[in-house]
Amino acid sequence: MSNAIESLGSLWGPLLVLGQIGLFTLVLLLSIAFLLLLDRKIWAGVMMRKGPNVVGPFGLLQSFADFGKFLLKEIVIPAGANKFVFIFAPILTCTLAFAAWAAIPVAPGLEGGTSWVISDLNVGVLYLFAISSLGVYGIIMGGWASNSKYPFLGALRSAAQMVSYEVSIGFVIITVILMVGSMNLSDIVNNQAGGLQNWHAFSFQNFPLIVVMFPMFVIFFISALAETNRPPFDLPEAESELVAGYQVEYGSTPYLLFMLGEYLNIVLMCAMMTILFLGGWHGPVAIGANAAGSMPPLLLSLAGLFWFMLKILFLFFLFAMVKAIVPRYRYDQLMRLGWKIFLPTSLAAVLVVAGYVTYFGVQS
Amino acid sequence: MALIAFGLIAAVVILSALFVIAARNPVHSVLWLILAFFSSAGLMVLIGAEFLAMLLIVVYVGAVAVLFLFVVMMLDVDFVELKQGSLGYWPFALLIGVILIAELALVWSASGSLTFDTFDPSPGAETNTEAIGAVMYTQYLLLFQLAGLILLVAMIGAIVLTLRHRPNVKRQNVSAQTGRRRADATELKDPTPGQGI
Repeated sequence: MSNAIESLGSLWGPLLVLGQIGLFTLVLLLSIAFLLLLDRKIWAGVMMRKGPNVVGPFGLLQSFADFGKFLLKEIVIPAGANKFVFIFAPILTCTLAFAAWAAIPVAPGLEGGTSWVISDLNVGVLYLFAISSLGVYGIIMGGWASNSKYPFLGALRSAAQMVSYEVSIGFVIITVILMVGSMNLSDIVNNQAGGLQNWHAFSFQNFPLIVVMFPMFVIFFISALAETNRPPFDLPEAESELVAGYQVEYGSTPYLLFMLGEYLNIVLMCAMMTILFLGGWHGPVAIGANAAGSMPPLLLSLAGLFWFMLKILFLFFLFAMVKAIVPRYRYDQLMRLGWKIFLPTSLAAVLVVAGYVTYFGVQS
Repeated sequence: MALIAFGLIAAVVILSALFVIAARNPVHSVLWLILAFFSSAGLMVLIGAEFLAMLLIVVYVGAVAVLFLFVVMMLDVDFVELKQGSLGYWPFALLIGVILIAELALVWSASGSLTFDTFDPSPGAETNTEAIGAVMYTQYLLLFQLAGLILLVAMIGAIVLTLRHRPNVKRQNVSAQTGRRRADATELKDPTPGQGI
């Protein structure tokens, strides 16, 4: 296994891992603060409002003010609630959301063929899938421990919804794994090198497959909306029916953790889509081996990081736009979409891609 | 280092498995069960079977245990009453436990050379995933298909047991609904005053 740790020096490995974890956490927390603001600003913009604009220039410090408010409030635990599970649920949500980032390769490494990632797992895709499938526990535990009707209904809805959409997400991931022939996330990213046309969403190198892969990208995007309980699939917290779903009884820091975990999961889904379908850290135009060889490796790394973040930002913008412009689904429509449309479509896609790979082979 | 990790994780597995049967609240039991599953995935990572570990989490923790939790939360079963007579079964429990331990000892003594150091999680391949993929659809094709068939039978059985035909239920026909045009749904009338339609 080649990873960034080896490329940077093997002696102080554990310390370096700790440092990377700290760096990832810090950068993620800071970006979440501004992405939250961006989300609210886009939402406000679509509705022709101004959005938060009081704290700091353009309201840039709004998230930090909110953060302070959540920290200073008193934690109220409802009577009859299951205390330990009640407090544990938001912590679990937040921890899992952070843990998934350990396997995300964010930039090319300083040596050729390596990548910058905390842990370059051989089964990286499965790890991400497993962690995101654990996310449902935070919600279902929080809803149950609140000892109240609305949170419980919200938790039940959420559990059914997330389990349903995980199935189609799994099949979509399998199509990508079939094309790459590896479950290592760095391999998946490197398979898409050489410009826009090689990204899995378009996959011109295996030409007819664009008919399958682009719809798979769209299905993954919509399933990601459902998996992260974002509008139009925010049934677990539909405020017109369930007040705020599983979050009703939460306030103060536990609520903050829930919200943080939710947004971290959204960014994680954006990162997964970037890696699986949009070429990861590769730019839309190939610069050629000669030009790349003459540049300092650090510059290439930073350029990769830039493209990776830009793509995540673009996908997050799409998430925010969907929230602003699409009306909420009804629960039976949600289930119908998941089980009757996405599941057969993605299953058929797995068959088609597997057949293509077997009989024509993949050109990468 | 690996030994310390093994000891810790194994202790967590055994303790959480104990709490599964000791917990008074059934929901707590399921939560302890989830911890036991999760920790056993950790054990699998420790011996290098990372593919199986991830599948254990995806399938058992991510899907099966969620359904357990779902059912236990929804059902109004009085578990205290259910547990009343369970102490009388301890001879059977002891017997089953002894048989299990005897079988494990038998396997361990028969395999002989299989220890923590000599165990190979990916025989004949670079990774665990490739090793499984190489034999799953070739050497063990029949067993694999058989497992699938058993699951299919179980699924069909569950559907047959729970399917009820209720004649007077209103259902939404989506294609009919989206295929509706204004001409099908509305009719323009010109009522004369004082007379109506």
